[in-house]
Amino acid sequence: MKKIGWKALPIILFMVICIFLWRGLSLDPHHLPSVQVGKSLPAFSLPELEYPGVLFQSSQVQGKVVLLNVWASWCSACVDEQVFLMQLAREGVSIYGLNYKDNSHDALQWLKQWGNPYKNILSDTQGKVAIDLGVYGAPETFIIDKSGVIRYRHAGIMNQELWLKEMLPLMNELEQQT
Amino acid sequence: MKSIVSLIFFFFFIGLSYANTMYPLDTPKQEAQFEHLLKDLRCLVCQNQDLADSNADLAKDLRLQVYNLVKEGKSDTEINDYLSARYGDFVLFKPPVKSLTLMLWFGPFLFLILGVVIFWRTCFKRASYE
Repeated sequence: MKKIGWKALPIILFMVICIFLWRGLSLDPHHLPSVQVGKSLPAFSLPELEYPGVLFQSSQVQGKVVLLNVWASWCSACVDEQVFLMQLAREGVSIYGLNYKDNSHDALQWLKQWGNPYKNILSDTQGKVAIDLGVYGAPETFIIDKSGVIRYRHAGIMNQELWLKEMLPLMNELEQQT
Repeated sequence: MKSIVSLIFFFFFIGLSYANTMYPLDTPKQEAQFEHLLKDLRCLVCQNQDLADSNADLAKDLRLQVYNLVKEGKSDTEINDYLSARYGDFVLFKPPVKSLTLMLWFGPFLFLILGVVIFWRTCFKRASYE
């Protein structure tokens, strides 16, 4: 019996490795865990897209639960998301936009074409604030709580399913906190 | 013959001088630091490329950021900390040793020891049968 036990070990090991590799097939390597969750929003001061003379401070988003959506007019996936963001804006969700590495002319044109769900849009032409946020593509969406702490991050297009399953319950929960 | 050799050498160093004009640094030491940092940092868009090789927009921005930090005289650990605070340990090709990465670092040795033990046991058993 003991003899068989030792001989079975490589097969068991092989099977364990197979399970791990099989699991690995269904993991998306582009879905990275965010280290930003739990940290406060990096301090920034960026010009507003619609009024470039006005500087927007990161402290201005404090006091309410908001979405921060990173988008750009060159980002084709952002168009797909826009319909959903418009719906959220109609439902009364405060959405701030971070216009990522874009020029303001294209961005404003894009908003005219696809609609503007944002309460305010900050232009990050250099992508500096995006680096501080750990953004590696557009679109990306953050949930920021009342004290200005990042509570959630989603890289990629938001949709109804994700919103109802993860984001809305979290936002309601954060809304309860004082 | 000599001209061919010198031509080859010319092409060897044209890349080097080109890199220097794009990211001019004060000392050779900083240049060396900049170069090895770019090799040790991962581009997050094309994930198996380092920052030195990648042409993604984000990689360009991060290269510039690393360049500025090197220019400011920051150390390797400070720059690595700066990036991993934003993008996580995934940005480093050499992740730090901590409880989460123990298996990653020492797993291979564990398997090696296990293999040797199995090999030893089987051989030992076989010898005793004869």
